[in-house]
Amino acid sequence: MDEVDLLILGAGPAGMAAAAEAAGAGLVVALLDEQARPGGQIYRDVTAVPPARAAILGPEYRAGRPLAEGLADPRIRHIPGATAWKIDPDRTIAYSVDGKAALIRGRRLLIASGALERPVPIPGWTLPGVMTAGAAQILLKQSGILPRRAVIAGSGPLLYLIAAQMVRAGTPPLALVETQTRGDLLAALPHLPGAIRGWRSMAKGLGWIAELKRAGVPRHRGARDLAVDGAGRAEALALTAGGRRRTIPCETVLLHEGVVPNIQATRLLGLPHRWDQAQRCFVPRHDRWGETPLPGIHVAGDGAGIGGALVAELSGRLVGLCAAAALGRLDPVERDRRAAPLFRTLARERAVRPFLDAAYPPGPQTLSPADGTIVCRCEEVTAGEIRRHARLGCKGPNQAKAFGRAGMGPCQGRFCGLAVTAILAEANGQSPDETGYFRIRPPIKPVTLAEIAAMAPTGPDKDSA
Amino acid sequence: MNDASPFLDLDPGGPRVSVRFDGTDHALPEGANLAAALLAAGVRVFRATPVSGAPRAPFCMMGACYDCLVLIDGVTRQACMTRVTDGLVVERAPGRDLHDG
Amino acid sequence: MDAEYAIIGGGVVGLSLAWGLSKRGHRVLVLDGSDGGFRASRGNFGLVWVQSKGLTEPAYARWSQRSAAAWAGFAAELGEATGRDLALRQEGGYDFHLDEAELEAKVRLFQGLRARLGGDYPFEVLGHNALKREEPKIGPKVAGAILHHQDGHVNPLRLLQALAADVRRMGGRVLTGQVVTDVAGGDGFAMTCADGTRHCAAKVVLAAGLGAMDLGPKLGFAAPIRPQRGQVLITEKLPKLMNRPSGIIRQVDEGGVQIGDSKEEVGFDDSVTLEVAATIAARAVAIYPALARAQLVRSWGALRIMSPDGLPIYQQSPTMPGAYLVTCHSGITLAAAHARFLPAWLDDAADAPDLEVFSERRFALS
Repeated sequence: MDEVDLLILGAGPAGMAAAAEAAGAGLVVALLDEQARPGGQIYRDVTAVPPARAAILGPEYRAGRPLAEGLADPRIRHIPGATAWKIDPDRTIAYSVDGKAALIRGRRLLIASGALERPVPIPGWTLPGVMTAGAAQILLKQSGILPRRAVIAGSGPLLYLIAAQMVRAGTPPLALVETQTRGDLLAALPHLPGAIRGWRSMAKGLGWIAELKRAGVPRHRGARDLAVDGAGRAEALALTAGGRRRTIPCETVLLHEGVVPNIQATRLLGLPHRWDQAQRCFVPRHDRWGETPLPGIHVAGDGAGIGGALVAELSGRLVGLCAAAALGRLDPVERDRRAAPLFRTLARERAVRPFLDAAYPPGPQTLSPADGTIVCRCEEVTAGEIRRHARLGCKGPNQAKAFGRAGMGPCQGRFCGLAVTAILAEANGQSPDETGYFRIRPPIKPVTLAEIAAMAPTGPDKDSA
Repeated sequence: MNDASPFLDLDPGGPRVSVRFDGTDHALPEGANLAAALLAAGVRVFRATPVSGAPRAPFCMMGACYDCLVLIDGVTRQACMTRVTDGLVVERAPGRDLHDG
Repeated sequence: MDAEYAIIGGGVVGLSLAWGLSKRGHRVLVLDGSDGGFRASRGNFGLVWVQSKGLTEPAYARWSQRSAAAWAGFAAELGEATGRDLALRQEGGYDFHLDEAELEAKVRLFQGLRARLGGDYPFEVLGHNALKREEPKIGPKVAGAILHHQDGHVNPLRLLQALAADVRRMGGRVLTGQVVTDVAGGDGFAMTCADGTRHCAAKVVLAAGLGAMDLGPKLGFAAPIRPQRGQVLITEKLPKLMNRPSGIIRQVDEGGVQIGDSKEEVGFDDSVTLEVAATIAARAVAIYPALARAQLVRSWGALRIMSPDGLPIYQQSPTMPGAYLVTCHSGITLAAAHARFLPAWLDDAADAPDLEVFSERRFALS
């Protein structure tokens, strides 16, 4: 088995920054990532993007290039195309590259597996032509394609960014449908003084909104009861706004209700999580160095709590420093000296979050979908079925999973977990913490039986049935 | 598959290779993301679900949702995690009615 | 009194009893534990299985046969009442062998049991070619199989859900999230739960799986049970690959192929290990080579509830009459017996089955 000082899962900003910091202190680092190129989703393919596309994507995207180039350090082994499917508390990861499985172990382990889009269970969200807004960004970054006749719907600053990028690319969205309300904005106002400390992020967002206004993109705010219409594919988005039901014909619907930590790996490890009411998601418990209650296992980046790319980078650097000190390569005093400015910048970058979290809460349909709406895309389980399971005594998602298969499909609950918890919590009058989450088991990504069988200690021939 | 693609291709140049999807040949950008390339080529439906037979297409583009599953060499793969190579043969993943249930 | 019978444990065993007691007109109260508890009812393999049960104790083989025979009517009644198809198929099941000598040794054991059962043990031995006619997808390494005609399988999760629904429909109270921490006798029985709630009933049935290890002694039972881990793999939904289940591979009605199962003495550890997963995956691929290309989508470890001899324990408390222990590792196979025949024993009715061989006393004697 391979052994390294610091094993990192995820080559986004947190993973890349941790790798650079740790390698700089002399650690041998391995960086596992599913994609062919480093960058994570936020900086997807940043090392390969053509200049014209980079211009559309903007300076925030291009800022990821130096981080990705930092992986050239000979002490960093970047293992691209690697799907991690089992992670053990002893810091061993089983992963596959090109259909071949292998094991690697770190003296320290960083889970930097980033964020997922919050599930947006509205009627018709499983139709072809419905994608996440993040998917559209990935299509732009990696493949240089954008939907021609798209409606963007949901809540959060990413909506403005992708819409602005579409405007720059010459294919503006047909409409921007926002689920947040004036009341949400009022509720966010008390957080504004704090947010001013993070004024750069605020200014960026206002700039995107101005771009959309100049381009004449229609905006519908306070939208309710979103539904995708269409026979076999998305043909329109229906919504109620300003007291009026309307239908916007389109070919593509891009949904986004914010991003949430991707907790598959940390749940698999059995780490404790807490419900973050402000961000309405589960977050793995960790200290200021990203260390979890399992010794030597860290989290950083959006997977440790949503903070965005810069927060991810800073939190990754802190893990790199912490790992170097823990392994005796960095004097603790020197660790703290290098960490001090990082903590200061981190505090400033996080200052805008409470305002954003309050101003752009996930829409009501994400937390309490209508009975007929599919919640589990893989097994096609509706919200009404989950409520029926609650009436049959299901207090938590694991019994509900047994009763109705929600979360049993290949996505392992990634796109239904939060909705299932929310529906059960509401139905049972419990908090999300009391309700809990799916127990995540290996494989966290499907793996062929041939790959797993090849790891048998005795081999298939010696074993009998 | 002859529909005009709902996607605008910003960089249509570059070398193309032949990929067969569900019996139809497509000229796709070499090395491209297979899901993106099929979408750009006008493929709207990637598979039917094994539960209800409902049509599905790429949703997350980041390997998380498993809605872009296709069959390559008899193995179900995520199209969004697969690169376009010359001569790639892609079939639809098994849907409903192919199993006993 | 909240109920005539309190049943501690809302898994398949507890709910099967609650269902049968409700049918007999009793008011039942089922106290079910937490969402995250060890639950064999969620982790089992879904077999309704006769072969290899009771190879050294024919009474257990007969009890399993009796339950298997009652399953069709039980499933039909439960399915009709709840509108759920339990996907019961009782068209026989296999014991696959990759090794001729092992197959022959097993056949001799089966022949011995058949003699002790007076011939009522319908199995046949299929060599590779005969087996291939039944299961065209088997691989060249399979030496043969024992086909036992009383075997079958069911969707165990739909069984669990149907029982949970139907017990409620018949007026039973099923309370979930009720982790019983203490139970005391006196005038009836009083149960105290972790959240402080208390319940009482005239009689109590301890069907709490591994929970009986703690609660059993409070009611005068030895409850000599232990956890035994089984790991199970399940693939993506696949086109039909096999016609009948085996003890280690079956295709579930939704299409996935379920692969098991290990028998590990690891205490209360229900995690999945790579070594075992790889070993059982390799064995499955040897039997059905097409599985090599199948994607494994889930795996789990579950804890069987094992008695020292592997047989069920049915015992009325010697010191606290009215308290019963019901525990087994074959809650699915025995669900029909537990629903149809065991309630008469709990009621001390004339038609009660003779369960003396399953008494706890058998462990004291040995």
